Parts: sequence; C-alpha cells; structure tokens
Amino acid sequence: MEFVAKIFSMAIAAIFVQNFVLARFLGLCPYIGVSKKLDSALGMGMAVIFVMTMASTFTWLIQTYLLVPFKIEFLQTIAFILTIASLVQLVEMVIQKTAPALYKALGVFLPLITTNCAVLGVAILNINEKFSFIEAILNGFFAGLGFTLVLLLMAGIREKLEKAELPKSMKGMPIAMIVAGCMALAFFGFAGLKI
Amino acid sequence: MVTILYSIATLGVLGLIYGLGLAFASKKFHVHVDPKIEEINEILPGVNCGACGHPGCSAYAEAVVLKNEDIDKCAPGGDEVIKHIAEIMGMEASSADKKIAVIHCQSGGKDNTFFRYKYQGIATCKAAILISSGPNLCNYGCVYQNDCIAACKFDAIHLDDNGMRIVDKEKCTGCGACVIACPRNLIELVSSKKRVHILCTSHDKGALSRKLCGNKTACIGCMLCVKKCPKDAIEMQDNLAVIIYDKCINCGLCADVCPTSAIFDPLKEVRAKKKAEAKAKAEAAKKILEEKENTVSKTEEPVKKDV
Repeated sequence: MEFVAKIFSMAIAAIFVQNFVLARFLGLCPYIGVSKKLDSALGMGMAVIFVMTMASTFTWLIQTYLLVPFKIEFLQTIAFILTIASLVQLVEMVIQKTAPALYKALGVFLPLITTNCAVLGVAILNINEKFSFIEAILNGFFAGLGFTLVLLLMAGIREKLEKAELPKSMKGMPIAMIVAGCMALAFFGFAGLKI
Repeated sequence: MVTILYSIATLGVLGLIYGLGLAFASKKFHVHVDPKIEEINEILPGVNCGACGHPGCSAYAEAVVLKNEDIDKCAPGGDEVIKHIAEIMGMEASSADKKIAVIHCQSGGKDNTFFRYKYQGIATCKAAILISSGPNLCNYGCVYQNDCIAACKFDAIHLDDNGMRIVDKEKCTGCGACVIACPRNLIELVSSKKRVHILCTSHDKGALSRKLCGNKTACIGCMLCVKKCPKDAIEMQDNLAVIIYDKCINCGLCADVCPTSAIFDPLKEVRAKKKAEAKAKAEAAKKILEEKENTVSKTEEPVKKDV
C-alpha cells in the first residue's frame, strides 16, 4: 500500500507539481513548435511518453551498473545522450519493421525527440532523486504523461486562437508565448500541493 | 589515471556496442522502400489537401507506386505534377481536366438575399442553418456566412463588394474542400472547360422559389432550357434543371431562353458580339456584292448594246 501511495504522489508530482514543461521549463521547443494542431500534438505526446519511459529504463541501468561501479559518474551526460540517441534510432527501426501503422502515426516526431532536453532531464532527475529501478521507469512514464497533457492543452488553445480576432502583431507566436506564460502561472498553483 | 582509462574504455565500449547494435538492427530490420515513392513525394505540392482521396501527399505517392493508383489525382499540382509523375513511373501522361468549384447560387450577398431574421450566432454556415432552417428565406440557398472561404487552403474564394462569394478560377485547384464545407451542398467541382452553369439549387416549386430568391434568379422549373438544349444535356430533378456536364457543349442556348437568368453563361456577351460582328460582316459582304452586281449589270448593259 505504501508503494502505491508513493507511486501516486510521484505521478501527481511529475504530471502537475513539477511539470516538465511548465515548472521545470524543459522541452520548450516541441511545446511551442508542435502545438499548432491537436492531432500532431497527440502524436508528439505519445512519442515522448514512449521515449521517456524507455530512456528512464536504460539510463538507470547504465548509471547503476556501469558509471557507479567504475566511479565515472561525471560522464553521465554524454553517456545518457549516447544511450538515448541510439535507443531512439533502434526503436524507430524496430517499429518501422514490426508496426508500420504506429511508425506512421509517430512519424517525424520520433527522431525529433532524440535530443530533446526533457528526455535527458528525466533521465538525470531519476538518478538525482535516487529512484529505484521501477520508480525510475514509472517516473519517466509520468513525466511523459505530464508533457503530453500540457502539449494537448496548448494545442487546443492555439487551435481556438487561430480563429480569434487578434491584433496582427499578436498573431501566431507572440500570443502563443503569452498563453504559455499564463499556463505556467496556472501550473505554479499546483506547487501548494503537499503529498 | 585509472579514471581516464575507465572513462575511455567505458564510453568506447558503449559507443562500439551501440554502433554495432544499430548496424545489425539496420540490416535485420531493413524495410525496403521503393525509391520512386520518395521521388514522387518530392514532386507533389506537399499541401496535404486530400483532394486525391489519400490522407496526405506521401500516402498518395505510396499509393501510386504500390497500389497502381491513377497518376492524375493531384488537383493542386496540375498538369506539371502529372507529367513528372508519369516520367518517374514510365507512363504516358494524360492531361487531366482542371476542375473548378462552381457555387450553384446567385443569392447570398448583402442586398440580394431575403432574410428571415438577423443571425448573430457563431459565424459559420453549419451553425446558422440549424436555427429555423437558416437566416435566409430560401431553404436551398447560400446562408451569407463563409464556411467555404474558411475551408479554402488556396485563398481562391473572395467576397465582392456585395458580400458574394466569388471563386478565383486561377487560384482554384479543385481540391474540393469547399464542397465538403458547404452545408447546403451548393458547390460542385466542374471541369474548367464547361462554362455554362445553372446557378440555382432550389427544389421549391417555381412560384415559391421565385418569391424566396433575393436575387430573383431562381430556377422555376419551366423546362424551357430542357426543350431548347440540342444535346439533351439538361435534366429536371424535382423542379430544378440540372446540367449534365458530360453532354454540355457550351452553346449557351439555355441561358438565352431562361426567363429568370438562373442559367449563367459568361460567353453571352462574347457570343453576342461575335453574332453582331458576323451580322455586320454579312451585311457588308452583301453590300459589296450588291454594289458589284450593280456595277456589273451597269457595265454589262452597254456591252449588250454594243453587240
């Protein structure tokens, strides 16, 4: 029961309180770039959930069984980047062969997030928070979920904004930035949650 | 020192493993992609409009190569793209007709529409027609909102001074987005070679449709055009004359007899001019002939006298 409670609090923290985009400000590039349309935002979100979970799994293994025993933790960043990049490549190939439909749905988003800082961020955070293996995987999954949630919210708002009557100078990116700011403020409201 | 060695060794081995793994994977999971698909995909306009009936340009490219899809389905690309695809596929290019959207209604502007009420809701046709069958009196006509303009990705439909929707023939690619968008089904894709159109969709009985049409150009179902058409290209469908475009030869005779000007013939003036010119020419020729005859007869007479 205690474990379930811990997982639950971790989920709330990863999705709302410490949301990767709006509280930690990681992965802002896809947040602004891919939030123009709802369906592409959904595709991107799915890809991020997938990659974050995979990356959490493998980087935790690398850290625990390679970097720590050899006392070379300072190589964390480069080793993780290397791992994530090749992992995504491998996954892309496997998906293309075995599940063409999924490959088409994810499309360009899969290679795009290879070097997304949010993915590296979740990998490093897992180590810093001293999560166990299972916890690290779940944290990766929840972080991806939080990212997807925010991306979808943003895409929904921006689709409406397309049709809104705005001053010409505010159209497109400027109003997106303002909306992003407002959303970040709103999400800081979750900071009061104590679990 | 040991740390340096460990670092080099670890990263080196990691890199090696990953590299070999990926190399192995790329062999094992190799998916054969026909290079033709890539080539065709690059030629296609990339607007993903869906006019071809596929979810996007790349899907169409794939269908052309793998499923023997027709190569002339890309409306925005036009002849140019068809030619290129034909080259890649090693086929003969059949130049496809360019299709253009035609709005079958002449009402819908500020001062040529009769309104039931003033519509102040969400500015889309789909919402407007839900309230007492739409703000305009004619249940078949344009509802004075602009779903077609919003749907057009090519900026090919414009409003004129009166608020009428005008299709820009140059910009229209025949993608059909507006056809789907119009809730009254007023828009049809017609070959650009066909010029004569019946610009009314009202199935109401003649007297009623004439009363309801703000532009006074409703089809009243008098069937004059049906009788006049030399090619039997006009059919009556529930009080509405409809041109069967496959048979139409652009002669414009129907437009001449239509008592309500529901039939639009852009060549009417051109034809009238040509007719007038031909008439003038014929008259001039007649005059010259007459003059010649006169002179001939005048010159002939003295000859006769001489004999």
